[in-house]
Amino acid sequence: MAESTSLAAALGDAVTNTVVFRDEVTLLTTRERLVEVLTHLRDVERFEMLTDETCVDFHPGEPRFALVYQLTSLERAMRVRVKIMLSGADRVAPTVMGVYRNANWLERELYDLFGITFEGHPDLRRIMMPADYQGHPLLKEVPVTVEEVAFSFNRRRIDDTKIYAGE
Amino acid sequence: MGIEQKLGDMGVVTMTLEKAVGWARSNALWPMLFGLACCAIEMMSTQASRYDLSRFGMELMRASPRQSDLMIVAGRVSRKMAPVLRNLYDQMPEPKWVIAMGDCASCGGVFNNYAVVQGVDEIVPVDVYIAGCPPRPETLIDGILKLQDKIKKEPLKKWA
Amino acid sequence: MMDQTQLSVEESAHNLEKHADVQLDITVEQLKKLVSPRAFTGETMLLNMGPQHPSTHGVLRLLLELDGETVVSCIPDIGFLHTGIEKTHEGKTYLKGLPLTDRTDYLAPMINNLAYCGAIEKLCEIDVPLRAQYLRVILAELTRMNSHLVWLGTHALDIGAMSVFLYCMRERELLLDVFESVSGARMMSSYFRPGGLWRDVPDVFFDLVRKVMDVFPGRIIEYERLLKENPIWRERTVGIGVIGKADAIAWGMTGPSLRGSGVNYDIRKAFPYSSYDHFDFSVPLGTKGDVYDRYRCRLDEFTQSLKIIKQALDRLPPGPVITDDRKFAPPPKHEIAYSMESLIHHFKLWTEGFRGPNADVYFAVESGKGEYGVYIHGDGGPKPRRVPFRAPSLCNLQALPQMSDGALIADLVGIIGSVDIVLGEVDR
Repeated sequence: MAESTSLAAALGDAVTNTVVFRDEVTLLTTRERLVEVLTHLRDVERFEMLTDETCVDFHPGEPRFALVYQLTSLERAMRVRVKIMLSGADRVAPTVMGVYRNANWLERELYDLFGITFEGHPDLRRIMMPADYQGHPLLKEVPVTVEEVAFSFNRRRIDDTKIYAGE
Repeated sequence: MGIEQKLGDMGVVTMTLEKAVGWARSNALWPMLFGLACCAIEMMSTQASRYDLSRFGMELMRASPRQSDLMIVAGRVSRKMAPVLRNLYDQMPEPKWVIAMGDCASCGGVFNNYAVVQGVDEIVPVDVYIAGCPPRPETLIDGILKLQDKIKKEPLKKWA
Repeated sequence: MMDQTQLSVEESAHNLEKHADVQLDITVEQLKKLVSPRAFTGETMLLNMGPQHPSTHGVLRLLLELDGETVVSCIPDIGFLHTGIEKTHEGKTYLKGLPLTDRTDYLAPMINNLAYCGAIEKLCEIDVPLRAQYLRVILAELTRMNSHLVWLGTHALDIGAMSVFLYCMRERELLLDVFESVSGARMMSSYFRPGGLWRDVPDVFFDLVRKVMDVFPGRIIEYERLLKENPIWRERTVGIGVIGKADAIAWGMTGPSLRGSGVNYDIRKAFPYSSYDHFDFSVPLGTKGDVYDRYRCRLDEFTQSLKIIKQALDRLPPGPVITDDRKFAPPPKHEIAYSMESLIHHFKLWTEGFRGPNADVYFAVESGKGEYGVYIHGDGGPKPRRVPFRAPSLCNLQALPQMSDGALIADLVGIIGSVDIVLGEVDR
């Protein structure tokens, strides 16, 4: 696609790879150049809105995390995705709050659910889970279900583990 | 020209105090205005135009737990909300009743995961469970009527 | 006075630290930054609002710093309805994850279905028949009206207009009848499927939609008569909670909350999906970006939705409503009886499910609240690696501190209502 090449060309070596899948452009960059790339996309290419910021856990693959920034240009009616990869051992990324204000809660959510620390974030607290919660629930090593599904053969046993058992 | 003239000589009605108190309590439930998730919208529908919960004498929802005696847990209870819910329950004056409205409040529903309390009965005692995701307004009304039957049969000494 | 306030903040933190097993990763210093220094001298008052509060639309909690009646700072605390929907998605096949999307924004379930199905269709390259696309548009617009009706009712209720709530819920029942006729459920319809719809709509569907079409224009006039020129309503909404164009974009606001500020951004126009580009409709815009403008935008959207539904109904083509690609859509029941291949397809679909590629797509739709997006990252198997949702309410709510800066606490209730948040979607 012409757009993807022109976007990548303007950024030079800050973009390590460009992927086009189903007409969606993904620019891969590094942690060090992330803020620079986003600032360029916002100011020069006019991607003025950070639509979403999220994280994908590739456990047990390595690099383990992909931070995904979904940008939208309102006047050009275009979308672009910026991605950086993080290793499982070093879960630190720069905050992009200086570029896009609404990254605030989105980064807090990723900190809460994935345990990724955003350097320079002014208010990095848990947002979804209670403050005394231990761990980061959206990591792949956390099991999906907490309670065994009850069938007729194990219903009695599950009931006995409940707080109200014996009432 | 009192009511006796219209209805005939009613004389004296004899009944136990227990029955009288149960009858009075069951018909003057004050639910708490406490919505959590999807079921809260159906709870609103139940009070609103088509279903009109006030036919059963309980349309007046109170926002303060101090003024209410029925808690309808309408929706999923997250681990973060659980202490708040228990706090609200503790603030309600006795006698008090709890309806677990919907699957999530009854047993966790489809959300068998880290965030949702697997049934509100883990934190507060529940009198009536209402199935459905979310339950239809008719189901909620039926659940409330079931609770009224239960209250009518409740022994007085339990609360006195 | 100064010491007392300071003590109470530190004391409460100390109380938490007393429990050895409770480990907090926040410090008092971190929390002190959130309020102005005047809070520690007792000059301003800290007030907790919610999560059990009739005007917070669910379980939003706000920590307010008040100077008399004026809001100095407003610190939203969300997560009281965090449901872990994204986690549960990781354990479900693409098809089985669908009912969970209903429960994110529970006022607009069909639009959520549309976003989720659209993302899967994009990921797996499934074609949707035109009839299904048109029916999706009709149902999505009815859902938008449903969402706006609940918004209007509760928003007016918050500001003190009780009767509007009863009017809105009356019309909402008409819409729920339509949803019930197609899916059997009033709210959690789960009617859309990747590749089309669960089944074709029954005949009664058209009668019910026509009834809505006949009744609604008059009802919109009724709402307008109740509120539009109502001096109390205008007094409490005009010039309240103003947010400018640039700020609204910077906060990532979308939907009527953004359009109220005059930014012409509607996904239905900017990135058309489900053949929205076949229909002629306009996007209502505000000018000032106050509570009243946002109210006007949403109310005008009723008329536009009706316009779209009318066009889609008139031009509804005949044909199938789900793709005939047997890898993604189940074969019709009668085929299973005599075709071995259909039986195998059916069995494979319901046991294993279809596989998505190891890649990611993002698909967004215009929900009643704004841009509702689904980002799916497949892992090559039948279950997605991760399905994060782009919740419009989350971004819209982030602008609340700025909108409520300097507002009266009574107006704060109106501002929360005008942003139209649904906590199920904010917290997911």
